[in-house]
Amino acid sequence: MFDYSAFSFEDKEQLYAKARAFWNPGKVDFWRGEGIDLVIDKRQGYYLYDIEGRRLIDLHINGGTFNFGHRHPELVETLKLALDHFDIGNHWFPSAARTAFAEEFLKTAPGMDFCVFGAGGAEAVELAIKSARYATKRRRIVSIIKGYHGHSGLSVATGDARFSKIFLADRPEEFTQVPFRDLGALEAELKKGDVAAFILETIPATYGFPMPSVEYLRGCVDLCRKYDVMYIADEVQTGLMRTGHMWGWQAYGIQPDIFVSAKGISGGIYPISVACMTERCAAWQREDGAAHITTAGGSELGCVVGLKVLEMLQRPEVVVNVHAVAQFFAEGLAEIQSRNSDIFGGIRQKGVILGLEFEHPEGAVYASRALYENGIWAIFSSLDKRVLQFKPGVLLDAPLCQEILDRFNAAMPLLRQRLAKASRN
Amino acid sequence: MPEQNSAPRMLTPDVAAARAGQMLNTARWAVDRFSKTDAQIVKAIVKAMADAAFAKAGEYAERAVRETGYGRVEHKIIKNQGCSRGIYDKYADLDFVTPRIDHAKKTVELARPAGVVFALTPVTNPVATVYFKTILAILTRNAIIVSPHPGAKKVCADAVRTLSVAAQAAGAPPGLIQIVEEPTIPLIDHFMKSDEVDLIVATGGPAVVKAAYRSGNPAIGVGSGNAPVLVDDTCDLRKTAQYIVGSKGFDNSVLCTNESTILAFESVADRLLQQLKQAKAHICKPDEVKALRKLLFTEKGFNVEMIGKDASVIAEAAGFRAQNAEILVAPVDLIQPEEPLVREKLCPVLAFGRVADFHQGLAAARSVMRKSGKGHSAVIHSTDERRILAYANAVPALRIVVNVGCSLGASGFETNLGPSMTIGTGFAGGSSVGENLKPDNFINLARIAYNSSASEPFGVFEGLERDTLPPPTPSIHTFPVSTVSAPEDGQDVRAELRKLIQEELKAILVA
Ligand SMILES: Cc1ncc(COP(=O)(O)O)c(C=O)c1O
Repeated sequence: MFDYSAFSFEDKEQLYAKARAFWNPGKVDFWRGEGIDLVIDKRQGYYLYDIEGRRLIDLHINGGTFNFGHRHPELVETLKLALDHFDIGNHWFPSAARTAFAEEFLKTAPGMDFCVFGAGGAEAVELAIKSARYATKRRRIVSIIKGYHGHSGLSVATGDARFSKIFLADRPEEFTQVPFRDLGALEAELKKGDVAAFILETIPATYGFPMPSVEYLRGCVDLCRKYDVMYIADEVQTGLMRTGHMWGWQAYGIQPDIFVSAKGISGGIYPISVACMTERCAAWQREDGAAHITTAGGSELGCVVGLKVLEMLQRPEVVVNVHAVAQFFAEGLAEIQSRNSDIFGGIRQKGVILGLEFEHPEGAVYASRALYENGIWAIFSSLDKRVLQFKPGVLLDAPLCQEILDRFNAAMPLLRQRLAKASRN
Repeated sequence: MPEQNSAPRMLTPDVAAARAGQMLNTARWAVDRFSKTDAQIVKAIVKAMADAAFAKAGEYAERAVRETGYGRVEHKIIKNQGCSRGIYDKYADLDFVTPRIDHAKKTVELARPAGVVFALTPVTNPVATVYFKTILAILTRNAIIVSPHPGAKKVCADAVRTLSVAAQAAGAPPGLIQIVEEPTIPLIDHFMKSDEVDLIVATGGPAVVKAAYRSGNPAIGVGSGNAPVLVDDTCDLRKTAQYIVGSKGFDNSVLCTNESTILAFESVADRLLQQLKQAKAHICKPDEVKALRKLLFTEKGFNVEMIGKDASVIAEAAGFRAQNAEILVAPVDLIQPEEPLVREKLCPVLAFGRVADFHQGLAAARSVMRKSGKGHSAVIHSTDERRILAYANAVPALRIVVNVGCSLGASGFETNLGPSMTIGTGFAGGSSVGENLKPDNFINLARIAYNSSASEPFGVFEGLERDTLPPPTPSIHTFPVSTVSAPEDGQDVRAELRKLIQEELKAILVA
């Protein structure tokens, strides 16, 4: 019996059956099919607990949402105290919390002038695209093949057809995709003169974190400047110190016209997202401040939490911690990789963003499963299943990192067996 | 307008406590890395720290006096120099890192650093103690978090930063040396009780030391001093007077090793007073003594306003003049704890009592130390070894210094006790250590021990002293280059993608 006072379930089977019936049969069946029988119950720090009690170390952290771990006590207390005064607020009026958050946020992003708030990442991408269109009075949006920016109307159209076609939301005439790391293809599109924005995740997560070169990113920005196209950096997964810098674009020394933050800025406890932009892109607010309205976007509670997230991330001891975690896994995984290079092909890394390459077209699916059986939850990249997303949180401590590495080591023989079997079939 | 309520409209969590936890994690990262560093690198790091600290000795001496109001700049410079380059010179050639092989005992000793050291430093010797503890901790491959006395927090924070920057520039990991910038009692308590602290090294008042021991963590705390000074009829009175005045005047007596009470043989007492006067002591008249007693000892104990003040300033505060005096000597009749003037005085005021003979001297010395100062220091000026030995046996001090000023003698700078800003007061003084704090106190030894029987030969460890396992793998900047290349042709990839997607119709994106 899983009793939560307000609701209860007899056992996992009953829960699965009802989830299938009332919620999402596709998701329920998929994970069970993969042998991942996880229903997350308790969560604390970097640990997840299955409803039946099994503990997992969370290296998925939902793309940075749980950058500080789950229910970080300082964030939880911040939210609880904020609830004694604030609620989501009234989106029509100037607000102390929203203004304070915008001001602090902009301090982390020199070159930017305004914060436009949303509740989720897709909404912020939506805002970015609308603002770029306003600034340029052009309509077309260019993104990369295997890019991913969310599932709302405009954001989903930038991404893979898998997610847009099914809802008849693909708009080939307005949304164009070019290969990653191909400046020629990008220029060919921008040249046409009808492009409002090029949107790029600073390191494309869903694509398995292939590392862009500095030259490539600078080349993209230069081309945008050349053709007066707005450069939108999607920092939903690469922002908030995950590259070792506050924003990924800073790590590469580029200057976007707009960048988008979500997931981690919510502290994992209260939804909020930000489209941060230059005066030019935000100028629609002068023409018609109510041109974009969102009731839950920029909720005051989210602002208070976001403010705390920024403050915590900038503490000297946290900055040191991020680098220590990054260095630890760089060294430790390189060592494991060198001993297991038959199955573990390579490591992509920037800060605490890592993509681990396995030697099989679906290698990361097998790796995810082998790690799961060894007490670690890390997910494969949905658009490149050779690559495992390995996303340590910024506050991980040394003993837990060592445990992760030890568990990872232990999973290697199992993974080798499974991959051998998969290759034979 | 309605009256403004000054309380904030919204509350926020206590940042200090939250940061404390993260500082400890950061220290752990640093020490995990640093504890694998070899002797040469450790030495280079410590040298860089000592040099940087030495270069700032004057600036910090001046700032410490300005911030705390205690002590004398010229003497603090000496201490800061002694606790930077002085400490380096003393210990640089000792190796607290490399395994020690003992063929006779068939053992190999491996230095095992404590780990994360939490160091409390006092207001009286702020920078010197920061230097001292930090250098010792790093010399033995520990991480350290310094919590300064709030009265000296600014200069200490800068001193810690100087050490940290120098250490990092020489190759120490970031986070190895940290400072608690805003120390408060709850925050210090939080640190002391944390499981993540491996060793507390506490210098300060008795409350701080007791709290350190009560914390449940391994701790080295040291008690306060109250050194009696026995002057017999066999010593050189002129030199003795100079030693005493020099020592009691040194940094205006803020070292816990300063002299408390002279116990002079009746037969030499007047001549000693004469010599003290010549050495620039002001000998107080009875009403001056009375005024001093009233000034220095209030209902709440020692008047902290007078800590480390110049003799002339104290005299003036007491209502008399002692221009140009290095110290004030206060003759007293009763040498018992009831006489406040024979208690510890962290200021250049020295009680002066007369004893009829050696045996009365021993009793008087014990009386001085009865209430406080146990396990700390005592002085004797004599050339009679039997008396020296008897005195050492009789007083509850753990360092009995002979023919030397106590401030720098008991603290090891002018004796061979080992220069130290932290004086172990042993079991009698409520401490786990009885010696002057030294690097050895920051490590344990792991011992490889062979079967002592001759039938089991001892191994050959020579040449293996350095870690024999392969060195750590490449640094963060050299991780393997991606082997998955970007798609060359968008169309191909799209087709492939569609195929893949069809194969796993059920697949769900979880980004
Ligand atoms: C890079 C990137 N952009 C945008 C989004 C969309 O964010 P949300 O799910 O909050 O709408 C995601 C979410 O996975 C993402 O990873």
